[in-house]
Amino acid sequence: MSVLRPDLALIARNIVPGSRVLDIGCGDGTLLAALRDARDCDARGMELDPLKVADCVARGLSVIQGDADADLALYPDGSVDYAVLSETLQTMQHPARALDELLRIGRRAFVSFPNFAFWRVRLSLLWHGRMPVTQLLPVTWYETPNIHHLTIADFRDLVTARGITVEQAWFLAGNALVGGTAANWRAEHAVFLLRR
Amino acid sequence: MPASAELMLALPLPLDCGQRLENVRIAYETYGRLAGDAGNAVLVCHATTGDQYLASTHPLTGKPGWWDRMVGPGKPIDTDRFFVICANVLGGCMGSTGPASPASDGQPWAMRFPVITIRDMVRAHLALLDALGIARLHAVIGGSMGGMQALSLAANWPDRAARVMAIGATAAMPAQNIAFQEVGRQAIMADPDWQKGSYYGTGRAPDAGLSVARMAAHITYLSEASMHEKFGRRLQDRAAKTFGFDADFQVESYLRHQGVSFISRFDANSYLYITRAMSYFDLAEEHGGRLAEAFARSTAARYCLVSFDSDWLYPTPESRKIAHALNAVGAPVSFMELSAPFGHDSFLLDVPALDRVVAGFLA
Repeated sequence: MSVLRPDLALIARNIVPGSRVLDIGCGDGTLLAALRDARDCDARGMELDPLKVADCVARGLSVIQGDADADLALYPDGSVDYAVLSETLQTMQHPARALDELLRIGRRAFVSFPNFAFWRVRLSLLWHGRMPVTQLLPVTWYETPNIHHLTIADFRDLVTARGITVEQAWFLAGNALVGGTAANWRAEHAVFLLRR
Repeated sequence: MPASAELMLALPLPLDCGQRLENVRIAYETYGRLAGDAGNAVLVCHATTGDQYLASTHPLTGKPGWWDRMVGPGKPIDTDRFFVICANVLGGCMGSTGPASPASDGQPWAMRFPVITIRDMVRAHLALLDALGIARLHAVIGGSMGGMQALSLAANWPDRAARVMAIGATAAMPAQNIAFQEVGRQAIMADPDWQKGSYYGTGRAPDAGLSVARMAAHITYLSEASMHEKFGRRLQDRAAKTFGFDADFQVESYLRHQGVSFISRFDANSYLYITRAMSYFDLAEEHGGRLAEAFARSTAARYCLVSFDSDWLYPTPESRKIAHALNAVGAPVSFMELSAPFGHDSFLLDVPALDRVVAGFLA
């Protein structure tokens, strides 16, 4: 699993072997393939880009082309053990609704996102007075797919308001885990494990 | 090397209409070599007016096989690895039993031939697989009506295929498609040379009607954009309009050519029967009205559904519906809408992404 992005590696490590998993926005299927090969999971995916779906099929994966904003409704209740939404929440039209959908389809959900309150992002905005373009957020405001920037504190507020339980949370700076203390300053990425 | 063969079924073939068809012949082509455990067989199902000449030269037209680009050594359906079978459908006119075949009285069946269904076509395929000693296919693949056969096989005989791929297909013929095909059938039946179907041996055949049917159908296989690109309003071998009803426009000339060349290789009654089978096709109806129910026992196979964005005959929602039904019963299913400009015919043409998907799905 060495090729996995740090947040995906973390998710893969924390999924119980043999689980049923739905990875929403699965890209070329890197996480799905890792879960299938190393964790013996029944791992399925949803992906918007048909050519990435084709890549997944070529890897022997089962992936449905679909739009996470529109097509999650078509998955039955409780059909998987884990629904995974990695680095996608901030691109969605209706992030709050998406969280509800994840926890309808999955008994648990992994959600990872870039933390807009990471200190470099804060400094960049403070110094330059412009929407930050950083290593983590490399695209200008008018071209970024990230239409709903959020911070770790924002996310905690949302899950609390929706009555969602945080089972576990991990915070990443680069490839390293950082502690929960002041994570909203120190973490570039957050990974949450949620349940109802 | 391709091999042409014919099988005469030892047993009568039971049909959905309740009849049993005796002495059924199945004409088929094979490519590659069947493995000792018969585990490398791939059944390719042809579309409405296709035939078994999948990747071998057509005996009547001299043209390459209809999926020559997809099937062969080193190609996505690799005949160095797979034993590939393509059979002319029941009701067809390229050697399999159909309305032009002799009935028990030695005369052609003509309209006495029973109305067949997509499932009946699959029954004939399965009888062929039985005869070849193939219990479980590595994959069944088809586009358009071929995709319907693949889905019917998966739904009704869940243990006969490990992989199921349907391209530009549907689980139930939409009203618009029934409508277009009815136009085609009416064109044939309105031709006085059709003679209520008993035209065999009369020296006359409903060529004009069949040709019009083909022209109308051919329009539905293309896209507005591809027609515009290919023909626009360009005139055919002339500088100005003739103020007559000759084929002034290239698109008219093209369609007429399609119609005329079709009659040299297709039987009008076969066209009636095969399109009828398609319009009757409704997988959900066969299974209590719920499509998911059709696949409830079929979750061991892997599925791959592909649609094309320019295909308005079997548009993406048709494939998506199937994907969702399979998803609902927990079957491993992939679905994608590929971008290609050629309309419904995209599955036959140069779409590299499709090649990749087919190769990957079979691997």
